[in-house]
Amino acid sequence: MEIKVLGPGCANCHKMEELAQQAIKELGIDAEIEKVSDIRDIMKYTISTPGLVVNGKLKHSGNPLPSFDKVKELIKSEA
Amino acid sequence: MLKQFADYITYDLLKLEPSSHVGDALNFLIYDTIKIFLLLTTIVFIVAIIRAYFSPEKTRKILSHKKEIIGNMLAALLGIVTPFCSCSAVPLFIGFVEAGVPLGVTFSFLISSPMVNEVALIMLWGLFGWKIAVIYAGTGVFLAILSGIVIGKLRMEKYVQDYVWKTKVGEMEVAETGFRDKLAYARDYTSDLLKKLWPYVVIGISLGAVVHGYIPTDLVVKYAGPGNPIAVLVAVLIGIPLYSNAAGMIPVVQALVGKGMAMGTVLAFMMSVTAISFPEAVILKNVLKIPLIVTFFSIVAIGIVIVGYLFNAIL
Repeated sequence: MEIKVLGPGCANCHKMEELAQQAIKELGIDAEIEKVSDIRDIMKYTISTPGLVVNGKLKHSGNPLPSFDKVKELIKSEA
Repeated sequence: MLKQFADYITYDLLKLEPSSHVGDALNFLIYDTIKIFLLLTTIVFIVAIIRAYFSPEKTRKILSHKKEIIGNMLAALLGIVTPFCSCSAVPLFIGFVEAGVPLGVTFSFLISSPMVNEVALIMLWGLFGWKIAVIYAGTGVFLAILSGIVIGKLRMEKYVQDYVWKTKVGEMEVAETGFRDKLAYARDYTSDLLKKLWPYVVIGISLGAVVHGYIPTDLVVKYAGPGNPIAVLVAVLIGIPLYSNAAGMIPVVQALVGKGMAMGTVLAFMMSVTAISFPEAVILKNVLKIPLIVTFFSIVAIGIVIVGYLFNAIL
């Protein structure tokens, strides 16, 4: 599974990455989490950061961040 | 009811004199802290739910190819309810431009969004009453619309960084969330915000309490009262490089008003702090060339100064 966290590097974007890492640990999923901070790459998916892309599909974008349970749900849906 | 509780603690329980510095300060502290936290929790939560129905993507679609004036009005209003992280300012700007949102309309959005934020409105309402909060929101929106129209008319498109016009935005759609998800978002957002804000609110109120109890009225009236004609100008200029969250600032400001600072000066200062800031300029440098950034800040600053003088005269 391939997970991308989109964001130029603010507190919210870090939080999104942490949530994703916690989520795959709890779900026991083997996944690579890539942090994407280049604006042009981010904009291939969305205009509002932070963003969560799972296996190429945009699962969340923008503020406010999804809850931890929701993050697990979003990731699981692409498993 | 809250006042009675605060009075009880300060004057009955702790036996402080009603007109002493300590008594005054503590009374203010207790009353305002509780009131503000109650207001913050309820209203931030409600606003968060409303915001969950909006998104930068939807706003972008609505504003795409809108004519000026109508577009500016919509943009200023949408700026209030569209949630966006300031880290998203660059992709959002590029996205708007790419979708054919006129430059001036985009600016109306960028001005109203940070200025008319619910925390500032709640604090103003809690401390100065709903009329002041409405005035702040109303003039904020009006300012955003007018500034956006002016910037649009200046036709400064060539001062947008060139790559912006060439960037393509992906058309990804995220699945719509159910009401329960929206509730969960709102709950998490509110608790995160409170966790982040509470030290500022407490410090701000404490400072306000000190001013309330200890600083003599004459001092404030002399420098920031209605009689000083350059107070507004100074307030706006000080506000430009500052960026703070409204929460921490307002209690201090309230204590100052209680001591005679003119209301118009207060409103101008708050608008200046929230609407324009150096951190924002740094972020915008990624998409705008300096002349446009300077124009943007100047027009908004001038508008704010006018607002300040206007309200000093009226209120």
